[in-house]
Amino acid sequence: MLEIKDLCVDYGGIHALSGISMTVPDGKIVTMVGSNGAGKSTTLRTISGLVKAKSGSVKADGRELLGLPINKVLEAGIAQVPEGRRVFSNLTVLENLRSGAYLRRDKDGIEEDIRWIYSLFPILKERYWQPAGTLSGGEQQMLAVGRGLMSRPRVLMLDEPSLGLAPLVVQGIFSIIKEINKRGVTILLIEQNANMALKIADYAYVLETGRISIEGPGAALLDDDRVKEAYLGKYRG
Amino acid sequence: MAFFRKHIKTIVPILVLYALVVVLDLIPGVPMMLLTVLKKGAIYSLVAVSMNLLNGFTGLFSLGQAGFMLLGAYTYASLNISSGLKPIVYQYYTPLFRFSITEVLSGVAGSAGAVLGIVLSLVIAGLVAAFFAYLIALPVLKLRGDYLAIATLGFAEIIRALIQLEALAPVTNGSQLLRGFPYFRGLFAPFLISGVCIFLIVLIINSTYGRAFIAIRDDEIAAEAMGINLAYHKRLSFVISSFFAGISGAMLAMYQTSVQANTFKSAMTYEILLIVVIGGIGSVSGSCIGSFLFIAMSEWWLRFLDNSAYNIPGIPLLRPGFRMVVFSVLIMIMVLFFRRGIMGDREFSLSFFSKKTRGEGGRSDSRRETDE
Repeated sequence: MLEIKDLCVDYGGIHALSGISMTVPDGKIVTMVGSNGAGKSTTLRTISGLVKAKSGSVKADGRELLGLPINKVLEAGIAQVPEGRRVFSNLTVLENLRSGAYLRRDKDGIEEDIRWIYSLFPILKERYWQPAGTLSGGEQQMLAVGRGLMSRPRVLMLDEPSLGLAPLVVQGIFSIIKEINKRGVTILLIEQNANMALKIADYAYVLETGRISIEGPGAALLDDDRVKEAYLGKYRG
Repeated sequence: MAFFRKHIKTIVPILVLYALVVVLDLIPGVPMMLLTVLKKGAIYSLVAVSMNLLNGFTGLFSLGQAGFMLLGAYTYASLNISSGLKPIVYQYYTPLFRFSITEVLSGVAGSAGAVLGIVLSLVIAGLVAAFFAYLIALPVLKLRGDYLAIATLGFAEIIRALIQLEALAPVTNGSQLLRGFPYFRGLFAPFLISGVCIFLIVLIINSTYGRAFIAIRDDEIAAEAMGINLAYHKRLSFVISSFFAGISGAMLAMYQTSVQANTFKSAMTYEILLIVVIGGIGSVSGSCIGSFLFIAMSEWWLRFLDNSAYNIPGIPLLRPGFRMVVFSVLIMIMVLFFRRGIMGDREFSLSFFSKKTRGEGGRSDSRRETDE
C-alpha cells in the first residue's frame, strides 16, 4: 500500500505540486489523469526519488520513502517505467531487461522473470538479440514495461505508456497492464489518455495545476461531467 | 574451453597477430620504421581504448588523457632511474627516491625480479593516475558535455605546469628530462602489456559495470530509474580509464627512453581523440586499428611528402611540413564521410569476412552467441 499525504514539490519557486494526497491500495490499478503540466510526472518522479519534495510524506506499508535514494525506493518494491520509453537503444533487448534487474543478485529469479516477461510479450523473445533502438515504438514500450518489471516490484508506476503510440498498440499495452495487475502487481498509472486509463482503473484521481480536483472509482469518473468536459471532449449539441 | 570456442573468431586473429610480433622480434633486418610504428601503435592502442571506455562507452566527453599519461610517465620514471645515473639525471637537485624499484628487485631475484619491478611500477603508475582521477572526479563529473571536456583539459594543463614546479624537482627534475630507467628493447613487451590491459578493459565492458556504463550513456534518467547509481558509476569509469591512461603513459616513457612534461601537451589528447573517432566510438578493436593506422600515417606512410627530392620537376609542392597538410585533409575527409569511424560500434572478428552483416547493427552478432 502506497500512501501519499500533502505532498508539495517546488521547482525553484514554482509550485509543481501543492499538497496532494492519494492512496494506492495493494493489488489495484490506480490512475492519475490530467493535462500537460498538471504535475503527474512530478508526482511519479517524487515517489521514485528522482525529484526532492518540499514537504509531505510518501509511505510504502508505513515506511517513509521521501528522502531515500532511488535505489532504496526500488528495493522497497516500487519501480517506474519512465515517460517516453527511454530504453537503452544500444543495448540488446535482453540486456535491457537485465539492466532492469540491476539491483538483484538472485540469478535464478532473474532468469525466471525474463521467461515471465517473454510470455507477456512474445515479441521480445523473438527479438531478444536486437539492439533496442531498432524496435518499433510499441515494442520499445513493451520493453520499457518489461524492464520495469524486472526489479520484481510490488508497485509498478507507469508514466504515459500510451505516448506517441497507435490506438491499436495502446489497447494492447493496456490489456497487458491489466494482465500484470492480475498477477498481483499494484499499478499506478499516469495518463493523458483519460478515456483508456479510466476504463481499466479501480480508482482514479484527476490532477489540475498541482492539486487533486476530482477523485473516485474509474467508472464513475468516466461518467462525470466535469471530467468529460475537461478530458474526454463532451458532445455539445 | 567453452569461452574459447565461443570467441574463436576473435581469438585466432589475435594469436596470429602475436605470432607475427614474435617473428618480427626475432628476425633481423626489419625496417626500423615498422618497429617504431608497431611499438607506438601498441601503446596508443591502450590509451585510445581507455579513452573509449570513458568517452565511447560511458558517454563522458573528457579530454584529460594526456594529464593522466603524464602522471603515469613521471611516476614510472622517477621510481626506476638507476641509482648510478641519478646524480647525472638530477643534476641540480637531490633526488627524493634514492632507490630504483627494478634494481632493488633484480638484486633480490635476478631478471625475474626486474620484470616484476617493471610490472609493479607500471601498476603504481596507473594507481597514481587513478588516485588523481578519483580526487577530481567529484567536482568535475558534475559537469556535462563540453563543460566536462573543458574542465578535464584544464586539469591536464595544470598538471603539466605543476609537475615542472621547482618544489617538486626532487621527484620530477623540474623542467629537465628524466632518463636512465628501463625501456622497451623488443616489440613483444609493449604488445603484451597493452594486450593484457585491453583484455581487462574488455572484461569490464562486458561485465555488469560495463552494461551500467552503456546504460548511462544511452539514457541517464532511465539508468537512474533502474537503480544505477550515476555518480558512482561515472566516477568508476573515470578512475578506471585514468588508471590505464597512467599505465600507457608509463609505457610511452619506456618507449621514448626519456620523459619530459612538454611531450604531454593537449595536442596529444587530441591525437588520441582522433584515433578513437577514426576507429569508431564504442569499439575496442576500432580504437586499436585506428591507433596503428594513425601512427603509421603520421610517422611513416606520409613521410615522403616532406621530402623535396620526390617532387615532380617544376612543381615544388613537397617540402618539410607538407605531410601535416595532407594528413589534416585526410582526417577531414574521414570525419566528413565516415562519421562512424572504421568500425562504428562493432567489434572485429573473422565472421566479418565470412558474412558481411547479419541482421541490423553488427554488434548484436557476437552477442547473440554470448547471451544464451
